[in-house]
Amino acid sequence: MKNILVLGSGCAKCKKTAEAIEKMAGQLDVKATVTKETSPQVLMSYGVMSTPAVVVNEKLVHSGSIPNTETIISWLKE
Amino acid sequence: MFQIFTDFAAWLTYSIFGLSTDSKLGDAVHFFIEDVSKIYVLLIIMIYVIALLRASLNIEAVRDYLAGKHRGVGYVMGSAFGAITPFCSCSSIPIFLGFTSAGIPVGITMAFLITSPLINEVAVLLLVSLLGWKFTILYIVIGVSVGILGGLFLDMIKAERWLQSFAADALKRAQTSAGTTNSSGHNVTLTFTDRHKFAITESKEIFARVWIWVIIGVGIGAALHGFVPEGWISANLGEGQWWSVPTAVLLGIPLYSNATGVIPVMESLIINGLPVGTALAFCMSTVAASFPEFILLKQVMQWKLLAILFVLLLVSFTIVGWIFNAFLPYI
Repeated sequence: MKNILVLGSGCAKCKKTAEAIEKMAGQLDVKATVTKETSPQVLMSYGVMSTPAVVVNEKLVHSGSIPNTETIISWLKE
Repeated sequence: MFQIFTDFAAWLTYSIFGLSTDSKLGDAVHFFIEDVSKIYVLLIIMIYVIALLRASLNIEAVRDYLAGKHRGVGYVMGSAFGAITPFCSCSSIPIFLGFTSAGIPVGITMAFLITSPLINEVAVLLLVSLLGWKFTILYIVIGVSVGILGGLFLDMIKAERWLQSFAADALKRAQTSAGTTNSSGHNVTLTFTDRHKFAITESKEIFARVWIWVIIGVGIGAALHGFVPEGWISANLGEGQWWSVPTAVLLGIPLYSNATGVIPVMESLIINGLPVGTALAFCMSTVAASFPEFILLKQVMQWKLLAILFVLLLVSFTIVGWIFNAFLPYI
């Protein structure tokens, strides 16, 4: 079970990132919850400065762009 | 060097579309084709080149650099980094918090955030191609100065008093335990292939974001160019009317645009006789003082600070406009 957080202040890219991860999880049949988080406090607590950022099971794995497909697969398969 | 776009537009407008050289419509269509083709070609080439150079610069590196700096240097560097770092208004909050929780004074952070939307590679490129070098350099100097002075002022009035409490706490915590910010692992060396890949992605992304603004901006510019009666602007909004600058600034607020969209409009206004200072004030206000941006900043600042910031920007743009109008004849 993966707990995935997409951090971002509600911009279009953050939405796309969350959708891409959900879609990929569906395709790979991996159980994952994808949550979008827009609160500035949470952003700060992970030390994120460029969005969208991705947190997998409490660990910051990516920030600053929409992740590409291979990267998303690697998170889900880990 | 840009003559080719003028010729291309003339050929398309007058030979292919068969519009008359002295019709209003012909004039507007020519302006539109010339500017759109010129801007697109330049954008694609220049964004790629600049992205190649910029590939190793990331926001974390900027933060680590600014965190250790003396205040005096800090304002200048904050503003300068604001000018060269790409900016999307949706990242202003994380950047603000990242800087703040690294103990960087609010004034330096704001110097960065004020300059950032005003100056970026796309804006500079458009200014050079549409309004020339001299104007571009002045624009950059002024944009950076507004950031530096704005930042200085905010620290002078101790703006950190009016942050939202969680941001103020983070700032205090970082400043009392100075030097503990961890800057691990950001310094990767890039090969040319990495840079090339980054530049390609970046070019695609920026182009996808701004192409529509170019069409809108140039479209409005072309309409102004072709259909506002010649002499009307200079007669009604020309020099000697001091109130035209603050009015331009106020008009710019509800109009939310980025530099890409507003610069072609500015070009057209200047060609039509609007004093340069007035056009510049309008442009800066449209780009930097917008409601959506302020709504976002509300998450980290109290109303009072937002109001101060807002007034600060409006006053500075008005002064910039007046100075430009007063001194331009001597430059």
